[in-house]
Amino acid sequence: MADDRDREGTEIAVAEFHKKIKEAFEVFDHESNNTVDVREIGTIIRSLGCCPSEGELHDLIAEVEEEEPTGYIRFEKFLPVMTEVLLERRYRPIPEDILHRAFEVLDPAKRGFLSKEELIKYMTEVGERFSQEEMEEMLSAAIDPESNSIHYKDYITMMVVDEN
Amino acid sequence: MGSGTSTQHHFAFQNAEKAFKAAVLIQRWYRRYMARLEMRRHCTWSIFQSIEYAGQQDQVKLHNFFSYLVDHFTPNNHNERDFLNRMFTEERSPQDSEMENCRDYESIEVPDSYTGPRLSFPLLPDHATALVEAFRVKQRLHARYVLNLLYEARKHLVQLPNINRVSTCYSEEITVCGDLHGQLDDLIFIFYKNGLPSPERAYVFNGDFVDRGKDSVEILMVLFAFMLVYPKEFHLNRGNHEDHMVNLRYGFTKEVMHKYKTHGKKILKLLQDVFCWLPLATLVDEKVLILHGGVSDMTDLEFLAKLDRHKIVSTMRCKTRKEHKKQAEEKGKANQTSSAGTPSPWFLPQSHSLPTSPLRPSTQKAHRAGRSSSVPCGVPLDPKELSHRVRHSVDLELERCRQQAGFPVIKEKEEPLPSASEADPEAEGRREPTQEEWRQVVDILWSDPMAQEGCKANTIRGGGCYFGPNVTERLLQKYNLQFLIRSHECKPEGYEFCHSRKVLTIFSASNYYEVGSNRGAYVKLGPALTPHIVQFQANKATHTLTMRQRISRVGESALRALREKLFAHSSDLLVEFKKHDKDKTGLITLSDWAAAVESVLHLGLPWRMLRPQLVSSLTDNKLEYKSWLKNLAKEQFSHENIQSSLLEALYRNRSNLETIFRIIDSDHSGFISLDEFRQTWKLFSSHMNIDVTDDCICDLARSIDFNKDGHIDINEFLEAFRLVEQSCSKGYASDC
Repeated sequence: MADDRDREGTEIAVAEFHKKIKEAFEVFDHESNNTVDVREIGTIIRSLGCCPSEGELHDLIAEVEEEEPTGYIRFEKFLPVMTEVLLERRYRPIPEDILHRAFEVLDPAKRGFLSKEELIKYMTEVGERFSQEEMEEMLSAAIDPESNSIHYKDYITMMVVDEN
Repeated sequence: MGSGTSTQHHFAFQNAEKAFKAAVLIQRWYRRYMARLEMRRHCTWSIFQSIEYAGQQDQVKLHNFFSYLVDHFTPNNHNERDFLNRMFTEERSPQDSEMENCRDYESIEVPDSYTGPRLSFPLLPDHATALVEAFRVKQRLHARYVLNLLYEARKHLVQLPNINRVSTCYSEEITVCGDLHGQLDDLIFIFYKNGLPSPERAYVFNGDFVDRGKDSVEILMVLFAFMLVYPKEFHLNRGNHEDHMVNLRYGFTKEVMHKYKTHGKKILKLLQDVFCWLPLATLVDEKVLILHGGVSDMTDLEFLAKLDRHKIVSTMRCKTRKEHKKQAEEKGKANQTSSAGTPSPWFLPQSHSLPTSPLRPSTQKAHRAGRSSSVPCGVPLDPKELSHRVRHSVDLELERCRQQAGFPVIKEKEEPLPSASEADPEAEGRREPTQEEWRQVVDILWSDPMAQEGCKANTIRGGGCYFGPNVTERLLQKYNLQFLIRSHECKPEGYEFCHSRKVLTIFSASNYYEVGSNRGAYVKLGPALTPHIVQFQANKATHTLTMRQRISRVGESALRALREKLFAHSSDLLVEFKKHDKDKTGLITLSDWAAAVESVLHLGLPWRMLRPQLVSSLTDNKLEYKSWLKNLAKEQFSHENIQSSLLEALYRNRSNLETIFRIIDSDHSGFISLDEFRQTWKLFSSHMNIDVTDDCICDLARSIDFNKDGHIDINEFLEAFRLVEQSCSKGYASDC
């Protein structure tokens, strides 16, 4: 009994996921031929609620790419893989407090802020480094021009509110 | 020592590892945030585009409305007949002899108090430059100079061939700009950034100079001025908006009448002619073809070069009697309501590249037997009889109208019907374009490229076609061309290559949908005609906004437009929602909501993605649809006393209504009589199946503030229901 209900529940969930995935995919299917440029896959996956790291993203792309990479990803390959990801609730988004703690790691003196130079250094030299463009965009919104620093608690709050 | 360093190293290593992980976390989170912004940007774009193109489909609805009138309406009395007259009377396109009369601009006095620019002819480069400067500081050109300039422009344009051939031997560079749509700031910016036109700096402007933006008049003045000053280096192509019928709907007519209350009508009349004289295309060094829309698999450049482009007054036109007859014969359908004898009204958009069925339901309409009660003729009849009778009387009416207007009927016999009012012999008759001529021109002004191979009718725009890479390739090969430059479509980056870089779309109106929505661009053709793109965004404010702010601002604007559209379809949505709620719980799932909304609006939007911004409160993950619809309504209007279905209908049909009003207001006075308004609304609502009582219409009329006895100011009416966009009312100050 419970198994049947479970299965039905999963079926409904899968149907719903399929619709969502299709919608997101179609936004980037510019030629209406069920393919998207591989460079847009990250955007699609992230907009479906997942938060993979770059490394995880590359692994995922490898799964959905053709054997001989064409630069395009086909929907038929993308759909089952992405459905699994959603069913397994992989790459969950990061809660606010965890994010805050991450900033604090970079701010051991617990001043409550990072200087512009520090932020640049960490984001472009450590971890999965930002490109020049990504860095500039982050700075434009994050840096308080008067103090030339980022007050990360406020920044996080602002970004979270923005999303909703 | 040894252990000390290793501990330090250990700590250092641990710290580095922690920092690494923290950085990754932050980067990961940030990238997701940016991805969601990117997705939102794409969705916003889809919203704007789908609403824009859906608006163009309204032309088809208008067509249906007038078809309906022709098929079903018997004028009951003198008033109704006059009313129909106003709608169906053709305004003659000015003949050559009449053009001389336009020299009467010389009789227009310019008061000493006028501080705007004064023009003298022949124009000198300084005059043109001074004109740009004057407009930059928001001065207005006096009507006399406007008419003078248009008159001179016409003289020049008449000499040009349909396909203007340009060589880059003399000028060092040639710059091609796309749609401007009345956005003067963009034009000024282009001249600022790229330099003013000169013998060394050639320009081609690829159509759509007017409509939508608020400075179409000024743009035209500048463009024509430079064209007169540098005739060999400055070139203009006609766009689909260089068309008085399109201008009625999209704002240019309104702008002219606002800015030139006294002489506006004269200006519009002259413009109507000037537009027909614009060249259809420009060919650079016999290698690069520049035209506004695109091409079709039937495009024949030699044919286009030879036809009389002046005959194509508007790309919205009627079938001639002969063609109508021919088509009817070809169809040979017994139930065809528009039989051989009935000419369709002159302004009906008749695109021959459209497939016949889905957009032309006139055959089905004939059989709406149950509708006879809502048809304002009062006599219940058997539908066929009714049709026949109605058709016959409308025929007579239309004939009479045409005769009165001096419109030379395309005749079976030889002699033209003399007009009552004009002594001027119209012996030649107005030359009508043939179907093939008309179609060739529509194709190059309205078509869009597509990724798939082939060529199919452009149902979204209602004219022209979608052409694939093979069509482009064939054309380029046939005429030995390198590539095609076209405009007509707004692109986020202001430009886009397609068909293996053989087609370049260039669009020069930045922030077209909203501040921050898109860049504008122009292209410079260098030696060997290699294209070099320059992008810009004319609004200073956008530069100070972060991407986040820009996207959210544009997004808000798109969502507002979308919510309005949803409201406009409230009744249909309710019906759809109920279908998904068989148990009458008042709730539906979000999945059902998405399906229902798409089936009503047909916009092809990613509803699930948009859902969080359109639906805020949920009960158990389900939507209470009735209260959701109520909330939509609350956002939209303040006149609660007006029947909401009426309002909904107004919203849904506002651009059609506005166009119809403007057609009725044939003297462009801005006023129509109360009676005309009531009749229009009655006809329109019966056609659109809106159940509205006469009392209700009177209430509606009464709730508007009339400033003259028995007259409605069109704009006042539309504004009363917030149907006119804010920017239009702000943009104009009246004077000459």
